[in-house]
Amino acid sequence: MKVSYNWLNESLDLSGVSPRDLAEQITLTGIEVDGVSEPAKELKNIVVGHVLTAERMADSDHLNVTVVEVGQEEPVQIVCGAPNVKAGQKVVVALPGARLVNGLKIKKSKLRGVVSNGMICSLEELGFSDSVVPKNSEDGIYVLPEDAHIGEDALTYIGLNDAFIELDITPNRADALSMRGVAYEAGAILEQTPKFTGVNLSEDPTDSVDDYVNVSVENSEDNPIYKMRVIKDLVVTESPLWLQRKLMHAGIRPIDAVVDVTNYIMLEYGQPLHAFDYDALNSKDILVRRAKDSETLITLDGVERKLTADNLVITNGADPVALAGVMGGENTHVTGETKTVALESAVFESSLIRKTAQSLNLRSESSSRFEKGLNKETVQDALDHAAALIASLGNGQVVSGTAEVVSEEPVYQTVTTTLNKINGSLGTDLTIDEVEKIFSRLGFENSVTVDEISVTVPPRRWDISIEADLLEEVARIYGYNQIPSTLPHSESVPGELTHAQKLTRFTRHFMESCGLGQAISYALTTSEKAAAFSLDESELVHLDWPMSEEHKALRQSLLSGLLDNVQYNVARQTKNVALFEIGRIFTRQENDLPKETTHVAGVMTGTLVDNSWQETETRVDYFAVKGIVEEWLDTLGVLEGISFVPSKELPELHPGRTAKVLWNGQYIGVIGQLHPQLAQDRDLNDTVVFELNMEPFLANEQDTLSFESIPKYPGTSRDIAFVVDESVLHEEVMDVMTEVGGKWLRSIRLFDLYQGDNIEAGKKSLAYTLSYLNPDATLKEEEVNSDFEKVKQALVERVQADIR
Amino acid sequence: MGIEEQLTGVLAKAVTDIDSADSVKDIEAIRVSYLGKKGEITSILKGMKDVSPDQRPVIGKKANEVRDELTAVLTHKKERLEKEALQNQLESETIDVTLPGRQVKKGQTHVLTQIMEDIEDLFLGMGYQIIEGNEVESDYYNFERVNLPQNHPARDMQDTFYITPDVLMRTHTSPIQARTLENHDFSKGPLKMISPGKVYRRDTDDATHSHQFHQIEGMVIDENITMADLKGTLELLAKKMFGEEREIRLRPSYFPFTEPSVEVDVSCFKCGGEGCNVCKKTGWIEILGAGMTHPNVLEMSGVDSSKYGGFAFGLGPDRIAMLKYGVDDIRHFYLNDQRFLTQFKRKG
Ligand SMILES: [Zn+2]
Repeated sequence: MKVSYNWLNESLDLSGVSPRDLAEQITLTGIEVDGVSEPAKELKNIVVGHVLTAERMADSDHLNVTVVEVGQEEPVQIVCGAPNVKAGQKVVVALPGARLVNGLKIKKSKLRGVVSNGMICSLEELGFSDSVVPKNSEDGIYVLPEDAHIGEDALTYIGLNDAFIELDITPNRADALSMRGVAYEAGAILEQTPKFTGVNLSEDPTDSVDDYVNVSVENSEDNPIYKMRVIKDLVVTESPLWLQRKLMHAGIRPIDAVVDVTNYIMLEYGQPLHAFDYDALNSKDILVRRAKDSETLITLDGVERKLTADNLVITNGADPVALAGVMGGENTHVTGETKTVALESAVFESSLIRKTAQSLNLRSESSSRFEKGLNKETVQDALDHAAALIASLGNGQVVSGTAEVVSEEPVYQTVTTTLNKINGSLGTDLTIDEVEKIFSRLGFENSVTVDEISVTVPPRRWDISIEADLLEEVARIYGYNQIPSTLPHSESVPGELTHAQKLTRFTRHFMESCGLGQAISYALTTSEKAAAFSLDESELVHLDWPMSEEHKALRQSLLSGLLDNVQYNVARQTKNVALFEIGRIFTRQENDLPKETTHVAGVMTGTLVDNSWQETETRVDYFAVKGIVEEWLDTLGVLEGISFVPSKELPELHPGRTAKVLWNGQYIGVIGQLHPQLAQDRDLNDTVVFELNMEPFLANEQDTLSFESIPKYPGTSRDIAFVVDESVLHEEVMDVMTEVGGKWLRSIRLFDLYQGDNIEAGKKSLAYTLSYLNPDATLKEEEVNSDFEKVKQALVERVQADIR
Repeated sequence: MGIEEQLTGVLAKAVTDIDSADSVKDIEAIRVSYLGKKGEITSILKGMKDVSPDQRPVIGKKANEVRDELTAVLTHKKERLEKEALQNQLESETIDVTLPGRQVKKGQTHVLTQIMEDIEDLFLGMGYQIIEGNEVESDYYNFERVNLPQNHPARDMQDTFYITPDVLMRTHTSPIQARTLENHDFSKGPLKMISPGKVYRRDTDDATHSHQFHQIEGMVIDENITMADLKGTLELLAKKMFGEEREIRLRPSYFPFTEPSVEVDVSCFKCGGEGCNVCKKTGWIEILGAGMTHPNVLEMSGVDSSKYGGFAFGLGPDRIAMLKYGVDDIRHFYLNDQRFLTQFKRKG
């Protein structure tokens, strides 16, 4: 809502407060101000001119040479390109030295050799938007009324010596979607009671509205108030300047005097009105009802609308003539030929209007006011005011009486509170006098007893109905910034991270220390990517009405997104990328919200160690990533239950270089190299990924560690080297050695793996160090020897090892 | 020549030898050749047998003096040579200490996580718990339970991704408030919570809009919580995020789940309030929304609003990061360009 300071000044005395100060106070007491504009500050040296002559320039098809009287000794010559310039007009002239919008400066100039001492201005050149300029001035200059004084500041005539305060009105303060509402609000701030000029309505006593219309309402819940007046004997013309400029400054295009008045009254009272061409209604009957399912209506914009029972329509007893609260019909709108106007002022059920406006995509100034609620006390005032104004501008007469169906009266609601409650909620120390004064400033009647403050709220503030609403009114008028600052002094409980939160933070720090940076990707992605890297067979969770294909399904793995990130980096010449993400994946569940599972995933590509003056490059490989995963699992204390099983199931990964990760036999994730085909498609060489479900570890704290004493006795070790079939997995060998290793075996380390020269094809050579320790005594050679011998035998028997 | 003279001559010769020695090894050889069992001094002293007994003590004393002096000169020279040798070694071992160190690869925390964790830590210290909810929610918890019934005009403030008519991508972290409130046992103490997480709006991504972003909400419900407590808490938060010298300003606003509702501005951290492009010449920057929890929200969760009350606040880490670091495009946070991410190495 754009509020004109001058218009507001009609009901309040603003002499003591500048537009910017007022805006600041409005912001701090209740309604956010988006900005204040003072157009005259940008414009200068712009005067009223009188066109004495206007002649087409000899060698031009559009330029005119005019002579204009501008209040100086001699008239001046101005070249003007506007097609509508004519001798005798009063126009807006920018003299040499003038400044127009966007810093444009006017100088004395020559066009095709003809001297031009300034410019005759269009409204656009003065800063008005195309969309608010009257149709007849759209392609040319703006013509001022004949009584404009030559040489005077033209800005005053077009209302530019004003300031405009742009209010950003929240849904609860729809009362401020009118000049009167804003006046009450500003009045409370400035401690003034706004004064509005009364309506001077004279009716033609010889004619009764009942002879013209017969109003009925099908369902009073849909339409609690419907009122109609008739104005006859009209000549529909353009509006006068004062009305046009008020509308233009509010962002509404002037059309004709009737439509303009309905808009003006909507701005003044917040009450939308609709004017019908009475003769075009072809009926005395006005029936407000739900539309029938097959009905259609051609609206003002020429579009044929298919209606349903969710739409409320105004009918002429038979057919729809308007979509209630949203848009009028094309066949019944006011034209230059209109002689008699039927003027509607009503209250429609807000959610009905909201649904209709939304489903037909027809949001307007009117519909949004119906949606947010209206002041039921001024439905008649607005109607009377509009009728009087239409009659006076069109030289017509208001037929006596209002045709109406009214099932709801404006309510003065009583809401109570106490001083204790106010101070207890706000943390203030207000006295009863201060509170009473605040309510008086708001114009709310109030009475105080020993233990209660009873406040009567006028219908214009329909947002107030409960005690909390009153507290808010007191707080904002008192001033939020006067409220003291304290901290809650409730009993203090130590705040602590949960196990899951600690583990999540630990995991993040761990991955970072391994060289992976934290990424945050989109959870919504394409259907294809959402399903990638997942062994989950369940159906994806899709949005019902996505904005784009790019973000339509919820991810079932983190790797798709991470891979996109990596590809984005590589495509921008960052070739070595290491990223991880901790986030949710989503699985559909019958009759419940999707299951959200926290995963950790990582992608590494390029080098682990870069070539440098002292180091040679090491490229990312499967084992680099596996090392990170193993160490993480070990730090969590779960490595013992983990096994890595070769897997060919994920099509995105290299079938020979992928392991499923199992914990106590349960599938928790995957490590693998990107499939060469995918790697090629995405230009990602040497890329290894992992993704693990964190939930099993988040859910339960693992057994806490207990301290093992530092060994007092030396340990000993034995090396073993042997050749096995290349299909024998390291893990199988480890299982055998661990199983039969004896009670002193502490650890086994693979120190060599060899295939090639001197080894039979299809075989590989493995070499391990087995470390033994007895914590309580020095180990005897023979004990170790016999244990070691058992390992050798078992390897021979169970994996056909050829011991070297 | 008498023995005494011989000894004097040997000393002089030895000193000359020592002078010309240039290694510890030479010194050792000189020591053996003069002072050793077969050395020159020993061989001179063989002539003692021909010396008269009364002269022997004199020569013996002289011999000791020569030995002592020679030893002293040798030791001195040896020390000097050792020092020189060490010096040479150190010089030969000298490296260019300005050469770059060995590469250590360390990842960094995403800037949004940094901001959220800072806020979490502030509130953990004040006894709040961190509660994370689901990113997919029911319409009921996301809207109705936070006082936004069907067809409420304020639903327009949030365009929503629906999955079914009843299930949606949460548009704010507020549903956690309702879910936590209905389970909280007030006999065990007040509810003080902070909830960080991803939220979603039906928006076209551009420099200032993202269909996915983050939010942190806080809530305190107890007996006797006042709006002044909210103000004090927000001041603490603003200072934590933007610096000790910041001030805050509260403006009335509207959120369906709070009343009174406030919008919070912080004094501009760039210009200090003079007016600049960051604060759009106002000296103030809007950073968060807050308010006193609406009684309807409490009642719908089964909490007696005549006994308990409190406040809630919510802010957007994405917006905070953009303001704080001058990030000009919100999409940077989700593209994970390493050239962007690595600029935010965690401090402290
Ligand atoms: Zn600033």
